[in-house]
Amino acid sequence: MTTPPSRALLIIVVVLVVGMLIPVGYVIEATARIGIPELAALLLRARVGELLSNTVLILLLGVPITIVLGVGSAWLVERTDLPGRRFFSIVSVAPLAIPAFVSSYGWASVVPSIQGLGGGLLVATLAYYPLVYLPALATLRGLNPSLEESARSLGLTERAILLKVVIPQLRLAILGGGLIVALHLLAEYGAFAFIRFDTFTTAIVVAYQTTFAGSSAASLGIVLALLSVIVLGMEATARGRARYAYVGSASARPAELVKLGKLAPLAILALSAIGTLATVVPMTSVIRWSLATTPDLLDDLWRALIDTSLLSLSGALGAIVVALPVAWLATRHPSRLSRVLEGGYSIASSLPAIIVALALVTVTLNVAPGLYQTTATVTAAYIIIFLPRALVTLRAGLAQVPESLEEAAQALGKPPFIARMRVTIPLLFPAIAAAGALVALGAANELTATLLLAPTGTRTLATQFWSAASSVDYPGAAPYAISLVLLSIPAVALLFAQTRGKTR
Amino acid sequence: MRKSLTMTATLAAAILLLSSCTGTTDPGSDGAVEEASEEALVVYNAQHEKLTEEWVEEFTAQTGIEVVLRNGGDSELSNQLVAEGDASRADVFLTENSPAMSLVENAGLFAPVDPATLDLVPEKYRPASGMWTGIAARSAVFVYNPELLDESELPSSILDLQSPSWKGKWGGAPSGADFQAIISAILETQGTEATSEWLAGMKDNATIYRNNIVTMKAVNAGEVAGGIIYHYYWFRDSDSGGENSGNTKLHYFGGQDPGAFVSISGGGVLKSSDNSAKAQQFLAFLAGVSGQTILGEGYSFEYPVGSDVPAKDPLPALDSLDAPIIDPSTLNGPEVIDLIMQAGLL
Repeated sequence: MTTPPSRALLIIVVVLVVGMLIPVGYVIEATARIGIPELAALLLRARVGELLSNTVLILLLGVPITIVLGVGSAWLVERTDLPGRRFFSIVSVAPLAIPAFVSSYGWASVVPSIQGLGGGLLVATLAYYPLVYLPALATLRGLNPSLEESARSLGLTERAILLKVVIPQLRLAILGGGLIVALHLLAEYGAFAFIRFDTFTTAIVVAYQTTFAGSSAASLGIVLALLSVIVLGMEATARGRARYAYVGSASARPAELVKLGKLAPLAILALSAIGTLATVVPMTSVIRWSLATTPDLLDDLWRALIDTSLLSLSGALGAIVVALPVAWLATRHPSRLSRVLEGGYSIASSLPAIIVALALVTVTLNVAPGLYQTTATVTAAYIIIFLPRALVTLRAGLAQVPESLEEAAQALGKPPFIARMRVTIPLLFPAIAAAGALVALGAANELTATLLLAPTGTRTLATQFWSAASSVDYPGAAPYAISLVLLSIPAVALLFAQTRGKTR
Repeated sequence: MRKSLTMTATLAAAILLLSSCTGTTDPGSDGAVEEASEEALVVYNAQHEKLTEEWVEEFTAQTGIEVVLRNGGDSELSNQLVAEGDASRADVFLTENSPAMSLVENAGLFAPVDPATLDLVPEKYRPASGMWTGIAARSAVFVYNPELLDESELPSSILDLQSPSWKGKWGGAPSGADFQAIISAILETQGTEATSEWLAGMKDNATIYRNNIVTMKAVNAGEVAGGIIYHYYWFRDSDSGGENSGNTKLHYFGGQDPGAFVSISGGGVLKSSDNSAKAQQFLAFLAGVSGQTILGEGYSFEYPVGSDVPAKDPLPALDSLDAPIIDPSTLNGPEVIDLIMQAGLL
C-alpha cells in the first residue's frame, strides 16, 4: 500500500527541514565560534549558577504541580459524580486563554510584592496546568472501562483502582502534557520578568538588551538549548517504557462514575479555588485597569490589531505551507526516513523562542542582510516556533482523507492534479483552517521573537502590552491584555472541542 | 511520481501566494506592517517612546517629514548599530545616556553633526569631537521612603551604599542603561578597583529591580527603604497624582559626588544614512527651541540642554545640582557592563 515518496517531495521536505534547523545550527556554530575557554569564562560565574538553580527548581517543582492540578481536575470532572461537572470542565481549561504574561501582570497589580521562585511557581502552574488537563481529559474519556471493572470485581478499592489502574494508563498524557509544560517553563519570558524571577530565558533577554546578539547572549542560549534537549530526552526515555502500559482504543461506553460522597464539597471547593486563582484574580485586575484607560489609546490599539493580524496571518500561511509536505510524507509514505525528517522539525520547534530569535537576528544580519528586520524574518520565526501546531492538525486531517477517493476521481478520467485539487484539498480544508487558526493565535500572543525581530515601526498587541506593563502603566497595558485574551478564546474552544471529539 | 510533481506545483503556487503576502515587503522597505513610506526617517530610539513621539509629531507637523521609530534600550540599540555597521537602516540614533553614543562613535559610524546644531548646545553638554550632541540631561537621585529611613540616616555619598549597614535597605536596576551610566561615573571618578568593590557591595546589599519605575514603586510601597533612580521618574509620577511616588522623597547627593551624576542624553546622525540632510534637520529640531521646549514643557521632566530653554517647574535648576564634572565622551559602557557581569548583577 505505501509507495515510496517521489524525489521532488523528498527534496522539498529536506530543504524545509534544513531551514527549520537554522536555530540548532546557530547554537552549534555559536559554541564553536565562542570557543570553550571563553564559554567557560562566561558560564562559570555565580550569576549563571543562580540562573541554573532557578531554572531547574521551577522545572522540578512546577512540572509535578501542574501534573497534579491537571490530572486531578480531569479525573474529578470526568470520572466522578461531582456536581456541576460540565461547568468545572470549562473552568479548568479557561486559564489557557490568558497568556501567562497577562496573568502575571494581573497578579502583580493585585499583589505588588509577588516575586521570586514562589511567585513564578504560582503564576506559571496556574497558567499551564490546562496543558496537562486537556490530554488527561481526552485520555480518561477514551479509556476502556473493562479494566477498571475487572479490578473492581477482583475486590480493589476505588482508591486502589485510581492509583493502580487509571493513573498508569494516563502516563502518556502526563508525559506529553508535562513535556509541553516543561518547554513552556524554559521559554517563558514575560511572566517571569514581570515578577523578578530570573531564568535563563529572562537573562538572555537582558543580555540581548545589554550587548545585542553578542557572545554573552549566545553563551546563555547554549545552556538553555541544552536544557531543552535534556527535557526532550527525559520525556522520550520515559515514554519508551510507558508504551507497554498504554491501552489505547476508544471505549464504546462510558465508565462508571466514582461517588465522591462527603468529599464532594471539598472537591468543589478545590476546583473553585484553582479557577478563582487562575482566572478570576488576573481577569478582575485586567478589567479593573481597562476601566481606567483613556479613550485616545483606542487608535494605538487599532494599529496594533492590524499589525498583529498581518503578522500572525503570514505566520499561519507560512506554517501551513511548510507543514503540508512533511505531513503528506508522514501520512502517505510512512517510513523510517519520514520519521527521521519529522523529528528534525520537532527538534527545532522545541527550542525556546528566544533562541530562535537570536539565531535569526544573527543569520539574517550576517548571511542574508536583505531579510534583516523584515516581515519575512518574523514570519520565519513564527513558522519555526509554531510548526508543531500546524503539523499535528494537518497530519490528523490528511489521515482522515481516504486516498481511494482521489484514485476514484482519477479512474473517472480526471488528471491526477485536478483530482487532488478537486477531491483531496477541499476535504483537507477544515484541517488547514484549524491549523492556520492555531498558529495565528499562537503568533498573536508571541512576545520575545517579536520584540527582537519585528520590522522597525511594528507594534503588535503583545509588544505594546509589554511596553506599557514594563513601565508599570497598568491602565495603558489593560486594553492590549483584554484583546489578547479575547483573541485566545477561539483557539482554546477549538482545543477543548477536540478533546470532546475524541470521546467517540 | 506525477502525483508528487503536481504536489510540488501546488506548493509552488502556495509559496508564491505567501510571498506575495509577505512580500509587499521586499527587503529594504518594511512592508505590509509598515505604513510609512521609503522616504521616512528611521530613528533608533532609546529615549522614552512617549517623549520621542512628542518630538516626532511636532517635527512632522513642521516639515512634513515622516519618521518611524525602532524602540529599544541604549545598550541594545548601540550594539545593534555596531553589529549592523554600514548596512544599518538607521538614520538617527537617540539615547538616554552617553556611553551608548560613545560606543557608536568609537565604531566610526557617526557623521559629524552640523556646526549650526552644535552651536545650540553649550560645550559641557556635548563631546568635543562634535560627532553627536547632547539633547537632554537627567540627574541621579536617591529616592527614599521617610517612614523607613529618617532624614538623618540618608547617605552622604552613593559610595556609602556598599557598606554592610545598608544591607537590604536599597534597590536599583543594574540591567538598565540608566544605572550603568551612573556606574560609569563611579568608574570615571573612582577607578576600576573601587567600582568593583562598590558593585560587590551592591550585590550583597541591594534588591534588584527591572527598571527605575519598578524601583521607585517598591520604595513607595515600603518594600525597600531607598533606591537609586533618575530624577524625572519621580517628577512625572508626582505630576500625575503620585500613585507610585506619593510616599517618597528625593535626596540629591550634590557635592560633586558620583551619585550626583548628571547624564547626557545624546543624538547623532549615522554616516550610512541615505537621508542625511533630513536626519541633520531632525537633530537641529531636537536641539532647537521647538525640540527643547517640548522637553521643558511637555510630559518628560527631563532637563533641556540647548537653546536656553528653562527646565519645567518644580525642577531645581540643572546648574544647582553640583554634579561631578565628567566629559560625556569618556564614559566607558562595555567596561561597566563587564564589571557588572563580574559582580554577578547581570
